[in-house]
Amino acid sequence: MNNTKYKKMVDNLTPKENRLLNMITSFITGGTIGVVGTLLYVNLDKIYNEELSISFVLLIIIAIIAFLTCIGVSDSLFQKFKCGLIIPITGFAHSVAASIIDYKKEGFLNMGSNAFKLAGSVLLYGIVSAIILTLIKVILNV
Amino acid sequence: MSSFKYNNVYIKDYETIAGPKEKEGNLTYPNTSDDYYFGEERIEDAEIKMQNICLTKIIKRNKLNNHIELVVGGDLLNQITITSYNLVNRHIPFLGVYNACATFNESLIILANMINQGSITKGIAITSSHNLNAERQYRFPIEYGSPKKNYTTFTTTGAACALITREPTNIKIESSTIGTVVDYGIKDATNMGAVMAPSAAETLNKHLTELHRSLDYYDIIVTGDLGQLGSKLFLKLIKEQYNYTPKYYLDAASIIYKNEQDTYQGGSGPVVIPLVLFNKILKDSHNKKILLLATGSLHSPLMVNLKKSIPSITHAISIEVIK
Repeated sequence: MNNTKYKKMVDNLTPKENRLLNMITSFITGGTIGVVGTLLYVNLDKIYNEELSISFVLLIIIAIIAFLTCIGVSDSLFQKFKCGLIIPITGFAHSVAASIIDYKKEGFLNMGSNAFKLAGSVLLYGIVSAIILTLIKVILNV
Repeated sequence: MSSFKYNNVYIKDYETIAGPKEKEGNLTYPNTSDDYYFGEERIEDAEIKMQNICLTKIIKRNKLNNHIELVVGGDLLNQITITSYNLVNRHIPFLGVYNACATFNESLIILANMINQGSITKGIAITSSHNLNAERQYRFPIEYGSPKKNYTTFTTTGAACALITREPTNIKIESSTIGTVVDYGIKDATNMGAVMAPSAAETLNKHLTELHRSLDYYDIIVTGDLGQLGSKLFLKLIKEQYNYTPKYYLDAASIIYKNEQDTYQGGSGPVVIPLVLFNKILKDSHNKKILLLATGSLHSPLMVNLKKSIPSITHAISIEVIK
């Protein structure tokens, strides 16, 4: 039995994910969060200006998901509702909250350095791509 | 030759403890807790407490105060730190061992060899694993809920302790085989069953050939934590490579939880095999000759990040119940 033959055997027996079902679930959950966000935005827009109400919407979503993470239910929600629940900023908020909970017993320094254990790469590459795009914009003068 | 036969090695006593999810599972345990923290503040302390409870009970019940010649054991957390901390100030000689989920069998083999040679008369094997500690050690932060793949396993929370002596009892450690490190090029750290199945197959064959036995010699073949997928692979591998078809085969990890508990392929961790051995297999009077294949996946987060394939090891122990 060589590695390739064994790999094939493993692939044959490994249970497959139902991708279509996962996609539909994600579409519905992600969409629902979008709809809720928009409804919040429409209502907040009547009181504050546009920029402020967008920030408020994001803050509300972040606060809700961080709270759910702290009481320990986010995990099972993600398992049920798949990536639709992770993509809209919620995943980012959740990963920071989860890391902080994990390291809170190890003191402030360790908690701080580990808070962005997972979110760190999102921040780094987000900022790097923003710089590149800004440069392109400046150079092309569009 | 790395198979050994023993004349006078027996399991005198054992103690197990299990966590909340295991309590709701298929087996019943003498000690359980509804709380992952076991009344402690930190999960690390919780695991130390689990081991502590088992060891203290064994020592008390057998009146072993200051008469233990050796403790051999290990766990999954950083540099087997749980076992070391459990033995602080107990004044017991200690050998710490690590072979991931094969640690318990490894401890038994070391003790059995020393007792058989007459170097010591009794010793204790100890191991534990804790779901939250292991998740943090090997994967992501505990609460980091990316959807799990359906071929993952769930690290079992629990601790187990066994007293091994020269004094005859009705559970005899009859022989053992030390396994070799096997790597079939699997790189997916979530598919532990696929990583470990080839090593289980190899050790089974090695054990049977070196001791000149047929598979029918054993009433039951037990693998440690292959999980449902891993055990399917194991059965297929031994059929194709060596033409073995076991009459009674059981994978400890696959039966520890109920299907609706969302643990997918089953349990994992060094504690799975002693939990199932002491709380199920030994309670069934049909099982007289038992072969335990404890499978261990020798991966570290570092090597997984470096995209290296994952090696594995399996140690075999043969146990006879004398009635």
